[in-house]
Parts: sequence; structure tokens; C-alpha cells
Amino acid sequence: MTLSPSHYTAVLLFALFVSVVFAITQRDTPKRMFKYGAWCFSLFAGSAIVLSWLMYFVAR
Amino acid sequence: MATSTPKTTAAPGFQYGPLLAGWLFPGAGHFLQRKWVRGGLLLASIGGMFVLGIAMQGKLYTSAHDILDILCMAGDLGSGLFYLVSRQLGLGAETVQVTTADYGTRFIVVAGLLNIIAAVDAHNLFTGRKR
Repeated sequence: MTLSPSHYTAVLLFALFVSVVFAITQRDTPKRMFKYGAWCFSLFAGSAIVLSWLMYFVAR
Repeated sequence: MATSTPKTTAAPGFQYGPLLAGWLFPGAGHFLQRKWVRGGLLLASIGGMFVLGIAMQGKLYTSAHDILDILCMAGDLGSGLFYLVSRQLGLGAETVQVTTADYGTRFIVVAGLLNIIAAVDAHNLFTGRKR
């Protein structure tokens, strides 16, 4: 099986998996885990979008 | 001023059992302590990341020639049995030839590093340092 996701799909998958592990290992209660995981995911995905636009304008 | 100290009620048994189990198989350290949901999510995340990395034709580091290779191989070894079995089965690309293979290589390395964090978390749960 060969998988060829786009760069952005790969970023989202990476963000999802890493956020889940960070949430479970860095927080104690399920509620805090969920909030921290969502926070990590939004930071990963958001920073990818912001940096992409930044590079777009730098390259012009 | 009141200070909070972490609860340290260590469970009986071999102290490093969950650490070793967690390293060998993602989530096993949590399963040993009946943390089924946490263990399942860790297995799905770390295992999924490793399998996706292989599916993207990521490289499994089998030898180290420079410092970056050594670091990546250390990361790969963090996946425990996943890495050893994949190496025995000849999975993973020898060289990175396409862009997605580079993503896959990073997925495999990061899966190993995350597994080390998860194994240490299982150890902390066992020793009572974490709830």
C-alpha cells in the first residue's frame, strides 16, 4: 500500500496524532486533556497556515 | 504559603515494567495499569503514525553515518517492536525518492519519540507521580 497525501493533509495528520499524545501525557483529567489537545491541534494547524501565507508573500 | 506536593503512592511490582512494556508496544504501559482509553488512544496515534509513515514509503534507519542519522535512528528505535518487526520484514524505503517519503520518514521518527514520552508517562502513572 502506498499513500501520497498532500502536504497539508500530512500536516493535519501529524497535528492530530501529536496533539492526542501530548494531551494524554501532559494533562491529568479527561477534560483538561481534551482542552489541551484541541489547543495543540489548533496551534499546529494554525501556525502551518500562517507560515504558509508568510512564505507566499516572502517569495513574491 | 501552602505548597502542593505530587502524590507518590507507588504500586507494588517491578517499577520499570510499564516503561519497558510501553516502549516495546505503544500503549502497553497504560494497558498494564488498566488505563484502557488512554492506552488505546496512544496505540492508535503512535501506531497510526508509524503505519502511515511506512505507507508513505518512509525510510527506516538501519545504520548511522553522521550525527543526524544517529538521532533519527534513536527516534526510530523509540517505536520498539514496531521498528524491529518492520526491519525484519524489510518494510520502509532504502532511500527517500519522493516528497511524501520524506514526510513518511519524519512520521516514523516522531512516532518513536512520542512513544518514549508515552512510556515515561506510563512509568509516572505507576510510581504515582501522575494520576
